[in-house]
Amino acid sequence: MTLNLIWFGLMAVLLAGYAVLDGFDLGVGMLHPLARDERERRLFVNAIGPLWDGNEVWLVTFGGALFAMFPEAYATIFSGFYVAFVLLLFALIFRAVSLEFRGKIASSRWRRAWDWGFFGSSLLATLLFGVAVGNGVLGVPLDARGVFSGSFQDLVGPYQLLTGGLTVTIFAMHGALFLHLKTEGAVQERLGRTLWHVWGLFLVLYLLTTIFTLLTVPSASANFRHYPWAGAIVVANVLAIAYIPRALFLRRYGRAFLASTLTIGCLVFLFAMAVFPNILLARNDPELSWTIYTAASSPKTLGIGLLFAGIGMPFVLAYTGIVYWTFRGKVHLDGQSY
Amino acid sequence: MDVVLLSRLQFALTIMFHYLFPPLTIGMGVVLVYLEGMYLRTRAPIYETAARFWTKIFALNFAVGVATGIVMEFEFGTNWAVYSRFVGDVFGSALAAEGIFAFFLESGFLAVLVFGWDRVGPRMHFLSTVMVSLGSIFSSVWIVVANSWQQTPAGSHLVAVERGGAGLLRAEITDFWALVFNPSTVERLVHVWIGAFILGAFFIMSISAWYLLRGRHEDFARRSFAGALLLGTVASLAAAVSGHSQARNVYRHQPAKLAAFEAHFTTGRGDLSMFGLPDTRARTIRGNVAIPGGLSFLLFDDFSTPVLGLDRIRPADRPPVVTSFLSFRIMVGLGVGFVALTLLASFLYWRGRLFTTRWVLWLFVFAVGGSMVANEAGWVAAEVGRQPWVVQPPVLRGPDGEWLLDRDGYIRYATTTITDVSGRSREVVAGLRTVDAVSEAVTGGQVLGSILLFGTIYLLLGVLWIVVLDHKIRAGPERMGPHREDDLAGAAGALVGHRHSMTESGEAAP
Repeated sequence: MTLNLIWFGLMAVLLAGYAVLDGFDLGVGMLHPLARDERERRLFVNAIGPLWDGNEVWLVTFGGALFAMFPEAYATIFSGFYVAFVLLLFALIFRAVSLEFRGKIASSRWRRAWDWGFFGSSLLATLLFGVAVGNGVLGVPLDARGVFSGSFQDLVGPYQLLTGGLTVTIFAMHGALFLHLKTEGAVQERLGRTLWHVWGLFLVLYLLTTIFTLLTVPSASANFRHYPWAGAIVVANVLAIAYIPRALFLRRYGRAFLASTLTIGCLVFLFAMAVFPNILLARNDPELSWTIYTAASSPKTLGIGLLFAGIGMPFVLAYTGIVYWTFRGKVHLDGQSY
Repeated sequence: MDVVLLSRLQFALTIMFHYLFPPLTIGMGVVLVYLEGMYLRTRAPIYETAARFWTKIFALNFAVGVATGIVMEFEFGTNWAVYSRFVGDVFGSALAAEGIFAFFLESGFLAVLVFGWDRVGPRMHFLSTVMVSLGSIFSSVWIVVANSWQQTPAGSHLVAVERGGAGLLRAEITDFWALVFNPSTVERLVHVWIGAFILGAFFIMSISAWYLLRGRHEDFARRSFAGALLLGTVASLAAAVSGHSQARNVYRHQPAKLAAFEAHFTTGRGDLSMFGLPDTRARTIRGNVAIPGGLSFLLFDDFSTPVLGLDRIRPADRPPVVTSFLSFRIMVGLGVGFVALTLLASFLYWRGRLFTTRWVLWLFVFAVGGSMVANEAGWVAAEVGRQPWVVQPPVLRGPDGEWLLDRDGYIRYATTTITDVSGRSREVVAGLRTVDAVSEAVTGGQVLGSILLFGTIYLLLGVLWIVVLDHKIRAGPERMGPHREDDLAGAAGALVGHRHSMTESGEAAP
């Protein structure tokens, strides 16, 4: 029983790790059209050049852990969201292709085409993640056997599009902060101004989503009655969001980046609170939901998995640290750059 | 439209495209470790040049492998939801190990390997190369463990679960080490590695042979070729030994599969067919040229020991014979060809004539295609030969080791009893058929749409891979030592029109 709880917590950690890390590189992709010339476009791409692949591994590990520890939820979600996942895979592959191939031929038309591919696939992937979160909060129609019984239209309503938009703005803000840390001079100045705009947009969508959720999705806030301490996360979230403009004003962009990291972490936590103890809520009948107990693997598998996670996590953190340390500081274009 | 057929088609398309790349990276990884190790020991610039060049090509292969690998992980859930529910608990530990121990290791250090030449010292760079190579080998371990469990389940038991009134089965782990070392894991893993080493070696020999034929980068090409030839020769010989031992193991645990490989329709003396095309209706091989008793000899060291044939397998449990037979023969035939070719080249190398014998070099330019086909054909044989099962139930044997036959004279598969809510119990076979494994919630139209989408992007990916590979090979290894362009002004001057990118730098094509 405790193992199920721990694994639910670890899934949230993996999701938060993914959102924080791939969040900034997806954000850079969505901001890419802001670059004005070839040098700036390359700076943007190379800011995330050595990092995006490792960041995506968090998604792969999240998917693998879901398959391993909550196979019933994995099977229902992945087969139920068929079209969405195929589009997501398409976007992720296309994004990798755009990054790898844009610099291979020295033609400006070739590069511009891949640049738009990079932008479009980053936007599509982010939007799909946000829509998925919206569906997680709302729940989806399930039948008596726990199989998805709706259609693609059930997955894209106004609420899911709102959470999709929220995810786009928060990743764009996170990406802009990251880019600001990695660049200098005129382009950095421009990013400083852009930051105010994306923060404003994010704030509007954040408020709309909060109001919409509180008014129309009662299940999402039910857990706060059982676990009042979770209110502290809401407070931390609001403080982190409010700190961002202060840090921007004081030109402390490193702190602003930390605040947006904290914001994303808090939002993932709130998402987990909204679904708990379900992994996948059945919109039509809560009794049919997959919970962290009914969807889980056997205690033995959860235990072995936890042992591996315990041994492996320190190594993962160490490699991640080594890579980020190796590629610290402002972007420099060199012989190995994209 | 038939969801099962379309999902199988989609899986075949995506896995076969994906599997062009992992064995290349596993095989090339070993060579990179060797080259950088030699550079650290001797500090001869030629090794650094070689390591830098092959790293660029390695990175390209790796990137395509990762991009197409994510599809595989998602596809189990999107298209094979029933299968995922059935195997999730058993695959759980293996997948957790793969994600934690292999994926992070690979992609983390890949960044240092590719982008870190001028940022870290040679020792740290060497360490990164070792880590990436280890990571790619680790990831092959866990995926082969999981696949081998599907062939020869062990360390698990079947549990009935109740879902909406229906009794369903799922496998749960009972003994982790028995699962990891199930009866076919070790044999198959060794064979997969050898296949990867052959492909990596032939890939390097192909490009090196092309340089030698064109008279370019000759010193570099000779060293690369000689190192790869050693690896290729040893691996080709090892493949024969490992393949022989593995075939015996297949017969022990999956007699239906071996009978399909050999189109052995009737139990009795096993002949070894060299050429021919099986005709399942007439239960014979057309145009057969066979060594009488050859199969019996390979399996039992005796020309007359009877071999279990397809007639002892219930018709509903027989694998498709033609595909199994042909893919197995293509793999074995190419394997024999690799032994012959590498031994010939080693002999010529020893006589000092290899690099002037142009027709042999030309053979090596194209042999890499054969080694790709051999790797793919081996997996086709392994997976098609397991049909109609996606998880094959264990075959039952008596205490004397003889097959247990049922009333109709067919071999028996293990069964298990499940009890539904009303308390009625029934006996079901302890495996999962492919036709029962697809997602309940997916329609044929959706699968067809995704096949078209994946087909399009893989075609694009394949074309781009070839274009960029060709571009890099033409550009060749750089002759200059390490160079830096740390200041932005320098970099700005080297922008559009300059051939700098992730995998190419320095010397332009002459």
